[in-house]
Amino acid sequence: MGMEYLVLMLLGVMLAAVLIAVETDDLLSSVIAIGAAGFALSVIFLLLGAPDLAITQVVVEAISLVLLIRLIVTRRDTTGETETPRDALRTALVMLAGGVLICGAYFALAGGQGKGTIPPFGQPVLAHKAGDAVPPGVAADYLARSAEQTGAANVVMAVILDYRAYDTLGEATIIFVAILGAYAVLRRLGRRRDTRESDQ
Amino acid sequence: MSTGIYILALAVLLAGLYAMVAKKNIVKIIVGLLAIDYALNLMLVLVGYREVVRAGCRESGLPPILAEGQTPAQLAAMAVDPLPQAMVLTSIVIGLGLTALMVAMGIRLYERYGTFDTNRIRRLRG
Amino acid sequence: MSEGMTPIVKNTARLISGFIAVFGIYIALTGHISPGGGFAGGVILAAAAVLIVLAFGRSTAERIFTPSQCHLWDAAGAGLFLVVAMLGYFSGGFFVNFIAHISKGQVGKLFSGGTILVSNLCILIKVAAGLAGAFLALSAFRRQGVDAADIVVEGGQKA
Repeated sequence: MGMEYLVLMLLGVMLAAVLIAVETDDLLSSVIAIGAAGFALSVIFLLLGAPDLAITQVVVEAISLVLLIRLIVTRRDTTGETETPRDALRTALVMLAGGVLICGAYFALAGGQGKGTIPPFGQPVLAHKAGDAVPPGVAADYLARSAEQTGAANVVMAVILDYRAYDTLGEATIIFVAILGAYAVLRRLGRRRDTRESDQ
Repeated sequence: MSTGIYILALAVLLAGLYAMVAKKNIVKIIVGLLAIDYALNLMLVLVGYREVVRAGCRESGLPPILAEGQTPAQLAAMAVDPLPQAMVLTSIVIGLGLTALMVAMGIRLYERYGTFDTNRIRRLRG
Repeated sequence: MSEGMTPIVKNTARLISGFIAVFGIYIALTGHISPGGGFAGGVILAAAAVLIVLAFGRSTAERIFTPSQCHLWDAAGAGLFLVVAMLGYFSGGFFVNFIAHISKGQVGKLFSGGTILVSNLCILIKVAAGLAGAFLALSAFRRQGVDAADIVVEGGQKA
């Protein structure tokens, strides 16, 4: 029972940090606030029973902070933001779509007659027994049989590297392409700067 | 209570969406995309959480790691769902790759136009 | 500019970055026993490289690891992962855990889990090299001093 309150409180902190990051004028404060949101998220992961995710989120957040601060710290763009009337219309339309999303999500959660399609917090699909109206997911099988089928104690690792290893191959490809894209964006300018530095 | 937790996560998603659409500064757009990433990962893990009733009181589920002296049947009865965690684990590292790519583009834009403001960049180019 | 930071930071980085690297490799190696895995370990190992680049400056760090070395290790990690997947054909299909079919090992020991251990190491190499190389490429743009006008004149097109 106390777990839900802790998660709710940390979610409130995360929401406050994101709002500060979005609205503040100073870029450095904005980046630090989003870093705070990331660290709050890692504690939420720990409370929800996901220690792998907590470790990964902490280190990813640290590296993201270094990258973002690298971006803004020597680039001082002190002029404010300019605004045109078309921007206000676009913002209004997207917020309207966002509101429709929230309404749809509410119906998915709470349902028209009190029965939503997303299971209530704390009773995942995994928890259903074999005779229920909703069939249990495949995760119960993974939990019960991962030790004898794969020999790994960490079921999450067994899922991503044995049962669903093909998805991990796709994920490694995505990281490869993203890093390649970063190289491609930076490459030409780097060579030009190096020749200019060697000239001086 | 449970609906409230989901609604808060959706509120983070909306805040990130607002930042991506309404703000003109490249850095704010990147921050908005990071917020959307966090909110989506959080929603996935929230769906997989499990509460077990042990000795009459409700407790949180165990992480899905087999401890010493625990049988797999016990783990299957008390652990949280491992599948959303597996999906989110790769998603977090993909988010880091995306951040690196966006920061590279931001650096390149600043070197080319001298400003982070997209309205001014649009005017410079056209 | 490229001399890096003060001597305190440099000496601390010299002492600490080795520990960070070993910690990252440990987290990746015992991924199938305790929380962590190849992804978290790879990012931690990249963090050690990032620390070296930040503390010593880009030109000194390039004497330790160059961008082309990072590209090589990145591709090697991905290629090794594919090789492990293809070797699964010996036991039935793509990505089948062929080592677990031979001998599973004891649950909770280091040499258990079959190809999960090897895959964790491949992912470690891939993620660490990719992120270290990307950060090295990003650190070529540390100074702000280039104006937009310089680049326009050099490239030959008007802004």
